[in-house]
Amino acid sequence: MPFIPHSESDIRKMLATIGVDNIEALFDEIPANLRMGKLSGVPEGLIEQDIARLMMERAEADGRPLCFMGAGSYDHHIPAAVWEITTRGEFYSAYTPYQAEASQGTLQLIYEFQTMMAQLTGLDVSNASLYDGASGLAEAILMAVRANRKSKSHRILMPVTVHPDYRRTANTIVKNQNIELLEVPYSPEGGHILTDSLKAYEGEDIAALVIQHPNFFGILEDVDLLTDWAHQQGALVIAVANPIAMALLKPPGAWGESGADIACGEGQPLGVPMMGGGPYFGFMCCKKDYVRQMPGRIVGRTLDRDGRVGYTLTLQAREQHIRRSKATSNICTNQGLLVTAATIHMALLGAEGLKRVAQACHANTRKLVAALTASDCVETIFNRPYFHEAALRISLPLDNVLRPLHAQNILPGYALAKDYPELGDALLVCATELRSDADIDTFAGHLGRVIEKQTAAGRPVKPKMA
Amino acid sequence: MLIFEHSHSGRRAQAQAPQSNADVSDIPEDFLRAMPPGLPQVSELQVVRHYTRLSQKNFSIDTQFYPLGSCTMKYNPRACNTLAMLPGFLARHPLAPVSMGQGFLACLYELQEMLKEVTGMKAVTLTPAAGAQGEFTGVAMIRAYHDANGDTARNEILVPDAAHGTNPATAVMCGYKVHEIPTDRQGDVDMEALRIAVGPQTAGIMLTNPSTLGVFERRIKEIADLIHEAGGLLYYDGANLNAILGKVRPGDMGFDVIHMNLHKTFSTPHGGGGPGAGPVGVSKRLEPFMPLPIVGYDGNEYDWITEDVRPQSIGRLSAFMGNAGVLMRAYIYGRMLGREGMHRVADFATLNANYLMARLTEAGFDVAFPGRRATHEFIITLKRQDKELGITAMDFAKRLLDYNFHAPTTYFPLLVPECLLIEPTETETKEELDAFVEAMIKIKQEAENSPELLKEAPHTQPVRRLDEVRAAKQLDLTWSA
Repeated sequence: MPFIPHSESDIRKMLATIGVDNIEALFDEIPANLRMGKLSGVPEGLIEQDIARLMMERAEADGRPLCFMGAGSYDHHIPAAVWEITTRGEFYSAYTPYQAEASQGTLQLIYEFQTMMAQLTGLDVSNASLYDGASGLAEAILMAVRANRKSKSHRILMPVTVHPDYRRTANTIVKNQNIELLEVPYSPEGGHILTDSLKAYEGEDIAALVIQHPNFFGILEDVDLLTDWAHQQGALVIAVANPIAMALLKPPGAWGESGADIACGEGQPLGVPMMGGGPYFGFMCCKKDYVRQMPGRIVGRTLDRDGRVGYTLTLQAREQHIRRSKATSNICTNQGLLVTAATIHMALLGAEGLKRVAQACHANTRKLVAALTASDCVETIFNRPYFHEAALRISLPLDNVLRPLHAQNILPGYALAKDYPELGDALLVCATELRSDADIDTFAGHLGRVIEKQTAAGRPVKPKMA
Repeated sequence: MLIFEHSHSGRRAQAQAPQSNADVSDIPEDFLRAMPPGLPQVSELQVVRHYTRLSQKNFSIDTQFYPLGSCTMKYNPRACNTLAMLPGFLARHPLAPVSMGQGFLACLYELQEMLKEVTGMKAVTLTPAAGAQGEFTGVAMIRAYHDANGDTARNEILVPDAAHGTNPATAVMCGYKVHEIPTDRQGDVDMEALRIAVGPQTAGIMLTNPSTLGVFERRIKEIADLIHEAGGLLYYDGANLNAILGKVRPGDMGFDVIHMNLHKTFSTPHGGGGPGAGPVGVSKRLEPFMPLPIVGYDGNEYDWITEDVRPQSIGRLSAFMGNAGVLMRAYIYGRMLGREGMHRVADFATLNANYLMARLTEAGFDVAFPGRRATHEFIITLKRQDKELGITAMDFAKRLLDYNFHAPTTYFPLLVPECLLIEPTETETKEELDAFVEAMIKIKQEAENSPELLKEAPHTQPVRRLDEVRAAKQLDLTWSA
């Protein structure tokens, strides 16, 4: 019986105390016609050595490719200390810190996390996390609708330069509350939001403008102009930000005259492995005026009865366990353990370390773009500055190029055609600080050979666009 | 001390970032950050020591008995963590082609199958990131189902008053009005009130069974028929299946949709507040509306099921695949338990709860629903102690910390005054339960003889009772020098 410690004599004594003859008698309140038989579809149990063998085989089979893919999940260095400490039982197997006196470790850590995130985003306050970047954006939209008292509309400007799956997720979560997400197009040359296309909304009642920066294509948006425009219209600004980029680029709190109002995003780049897509964590920061509209848990510093400093969950009147149907969100469990990892990660890297990582990511991506576009068949699509991702057009059917690279255990990037068919055979590539010059050469070399083979085989080559 | 207070200008953990500043001169000045963020400047040892010390200020399953009702604080097997964090799994990019993730997808697919079997539902989606997102998924599907049938006048969700706060909050997020149904004195749903409440406006009911009162809802089939006859659907808040695993299945009880919290029944870590995972199972009629992605298998290759196959899906709930790493831990746990192990979870979770309830009753504590069986948990009410001695559930809870036991859940469910909701789980020994009973007896004596010991508890923790009013009024949410 894995993980069950009872001996036969324990069971006998316990049943005698309860006053029943057998364990089965404890289930006598379940109507007999509902009782089920064996769980025949569940396999027999495995001891640890057997499950270990199975999992090692499966992990091995997945191959650990050389990763040039970003699109919302990034392959960064994670210091060994991060998960060594995060998986200590005292963090790993603790519950939500409702009993504050017995949870000061987790509570103080979250307070430190809130401080670090507020510093990174340049905003006043932070919550203790949401599920991920995409659902965090959905929560930010709901929050903006509540918080923007100047606006009576439930209309949100949602540029197409925002991650497509963030837009989909936001739509799933907000659509039942009559919130309208209005698409804003991008510049075909720059890959950024066209300020001209916003003119159509001037004078209209808009609750908020979403700005992802760097945007899904890796392109830097005109954040100052956009922020000021939105504020002139009485709209709030929701920034979707990358935490590594914020160490190098102007943070949301410093955009335009008065800064973005809410910043949210994916925390994964801060010490969380890619892990097939989760668990990650969504972060959310805002100006202090809006703190009472924020969803999720928040930790505050206070004093105990002896006047000692201590930490506790606060502003709980916003939350579902107090406010029930009037809560700011239904969120309860958040992503505490990932916040633990991120806090330790940020403490280890510091502002200088994160900035160096950001710089290295940018420089490596530039090298990558230069190496790949050396081929006549590859060109960059957009002409604006980018951070650590770039959209490339390949003048060959993309599938024919990707498959042989996969066979070389290279993950060449994200195919954009599914969400942006107008871009044709386009690939979004990324090189983090982990990609060495040799890695980039490997990718470029294999790509060159694939292209050579394809063109030699007489396949059609589309002309490089001017 | 805060990590920021260890900070020293110019110090850093030099092994953890590139050795030099790479050239970024091509980025126009206007885009760059003017002032660095105020993060701590500390050495690697300082970080390790600081956070190790902080960890030691926590109670946890690994260090204390943690009988927190409705949270299922059972042992989190270490193998689940170690094996889910094998490098091959950690290095998997979520958008990598399925050909480069067959091992990972096989685990998720088999977990889906296992959860189908355990719940008796037609299909399972793993994407919801936690219980509340699972609830959202369930209610959003109920709405999509009614909408697809042109049945748009249904604008109300019924929720028992004993329900978890996420239930009414979720119904509102899905655009519904909430209608609360009272509980009768035995802890079951008040059938008369339910009959009056059900009507053509009813979209569905959200029900937990065993309920948050720690008892099995005996007239579940009757409730199911009543709701179905009115054209509504049944949502099962199956957050905790610990007491029914292998005993009874929500699908057999007539439910249309269920979410399960893997961080409870399937022993994935609570992590100081997450991550969870809240997979959702559905009956046949809700299958077309399931959120994406779902793992498919054609007998040869595992693949993602997407919009093309499921055009009526309610859509995505996260950018990628929910809390995949949590799902992996649950899968490993499920495989280690196996069929027999799952039956035993319910057996021993129930045995431990009923034993503890019997011993505390014997010791003179008042059970909230005497005469009922405990499920995986049960409720003690300290109404009498409050009235006679002015000692509250909170006082008891805080004093337990001094005896090195985590407190049970206090003041939930809201309708039992001065309650302690106690859930021992199956992984605790009889000795541990006995020690807990001894502590409760001692505290009861203290309540009578030296109540100030309870009123001022805890005495042994890093801090004593905190001023929560001050925390909310004089907001201090970030540190500044």
